[in-house]
Amino acid sequence: MSLSAQVRLRLGELDLGVDLDVDEQAPVAIVGPNGAGKTTFLRALAGLVPLDAGRVSVGGTVVEDPAGQIRLAPEERGLGVVFQEPRLFDHLSALENVAFGLRARGVSRNEARARAEAWLERVGLPQVARMRPRQLSGGQAQRVALARALVTEPAVLLLDEPLAAVDMSARAELRHLLRQELKRYPGVRIVVTHDPVEAAALAERLVVIEEGRVTQDGLLVEVTAHPRSRWVADMVGLNLWEGTASGTSVRVGADATVVTADPLEGSVFVSFRPNAVTLHRRRPEGSARNVWCLQVQELNPTGDRARLRLGGPVTLVAEVTAGAVSELSLADGGTVWASVKATDLVAYPV
Amino acid sequence: MIVLPLIGLLQRVSWSTLLSDLSAHDAFVALRLSLEVSLGALAIALVFGLPLAWILARHRFPGRALLRGLVTLPMVLPPVVGGIALLYAFGRRGLAGQVIYDLTGWRFVFNTSGAMLAAAFVSMPFLIVTAEASFRSMDRRGEEAAATLGASPAYRFRRVTLPAVAPALAAGAALSWARALGEFGATITFAGNLPGSTQTTPLLIYLDIESGHEATALALSLVLLLVSLGVLVGLRDRWLGNP
Repeated sequence: MSLSAQVRLRLGELDLGVDLDVDEQAPVAIVGPNGAGKTTFLRALAGLVPLDAGRVSVGGTVVEDPAGQIRLAPEERGLGVVFQEPRLFDHLSALENVAFGLRARGVSRNEARARAEAWLERVGLPQVARMRPRQLSGGQAQRVALARALVTEPAVLLLDEPLAAVDMSARAELRHLLRQELKRYPGVRIVVTHDPVEAAALAERLVVIEEGRVTQDGLLVEVTAHPRSRWVADMVGLNLWEGTASGTSVRVGADATVVTADPLEGSVFVSFRPNAVTLHRRRPEGSARNVWCLQVQELNPTGDRARLRLGGPVTLVAEVTAGAVSELSLADGGTVWASVKATDLVAYPV
Repeated sequence: MIVLPLIGLLQRVSWSTLLSDLSAHDAFVALRLSLEVSLGALAIALVFGLPLAWILARHRFPGRALLRGLVTLPMVLPPVVGGIALLYAFGRRGLAGQVIYDLTGWRFVFNTSGAMLAAAFVSMPFLIVTAEASFRSMDRRGEEAAATLGASPAYRFRRVTLPAVAPALAAGAALSWARALGEFGATITFAGNLPGSTQTTPLLIYLDIESGHEATALALSLVLLLVSLGVLVGLRDRWLGNP
């Protein structure tokens, strides 16, 4: 079973054009800034928002194809959705909520009850079976919602920011449960999140959507090591420049050229860790060839470290010890020499 | 303005003969007929009004605003005019009435079903307006969740939508029923004033007052007043915004 989607739709300001193929091998996380279209993409897969063009198929069955006049209703697509809010049915008990999907599919009352009970136990909540959604905590309600989606054993499981509406205190525990269930669930699993920690915990493949387009798609380790957009670089905490390479020299600005370790040609990205930046009071002597005199635009002390945003011929974020800050008497608006070793710069083609 | 007539009514009621006045044959028949007609009207309103309210609330189509306006028309239309309109539509020589009569021999005029139709005509908007508002303003996220769980539209409506709007629907039904119970003008114009088949309580009250049977008229009025108060008390929490 696999999911194949080419989604084209306009909704208000959003212009969504996302192609995605997902198999059962590993959970996929869709990340991106707010308003990028992640949730709309998920809703389109579920049939809750119509496509303008494109096609969605589940396990080889086309469930939506505007050109072919095909559009299956959400209930005909055989998929499960966990929404940001639990969306439990207020007038039903927790157990009846979990049994809902089975009853809707014509499973007998007794069997539906038994299977729902087993799932409530699996998500660690056998004691809430008779309780109403109002009596549950946010974390408990979301567990019930997870059980409700999984009990019908959908071929495709879609989760839309499943932790976003849960209290901080309950989040770690729920994340652990989600991680466990997603790992063992034998179907297509897609989770939308804007939280990199969540993405790293739940998925092995990362798809980045920005302004309605996929900007990056790959294994978690690849994406986090080689960001291809400002947003991804910020998310994983790396500096990112775009430039033109000619051998080991890369032109990254109007009058800034950096030297990297590996030779490349043409358009490239250059990324490096903020703690690879060294700061000096005077122009340093020695081997570092990437040296600039920069202005301190922002200084953020965080415990025994400090992050500085520096601007000039190049813009970068540096992370240094608090000791270095006082030693160099750094302050907002002051200037400082910054250097990065060529071996700390990672260059890769655009 | 509102309280004074009520006091006037209450102080003229002949309390000692109240029970015997109400159990008099005419009064009893009229009360029973009123119950039958108002419940029949409510049934008609539910069968036709609920789907109409759903369509108005959830579907976009050309002429929707016009239809929505037309639906509320009987609320402001003088009931006598409504009765005349019904006569030209469902009377024996009316547009639909003629066809129905020729096909089945059924007529609404001078018939309890006519009284029900007249009452439904004036009372249905109360149900439709309330139901439409609740279908439109309810939280739709539960319906979406139900759809992703494999629930068909009918199953969703029964197990998610109806329970969510049930309190509003009950209020709309109570209002609509109370309005049907008090219906006078359209009934007398369209269905007539036949004891036992179209002479509902308001019609009998009018007749009794005209013919000098004041005690019976007052006793029946008291019953209708109490029912109205009962509906008000039942809806009080809703209107005062209490949970």
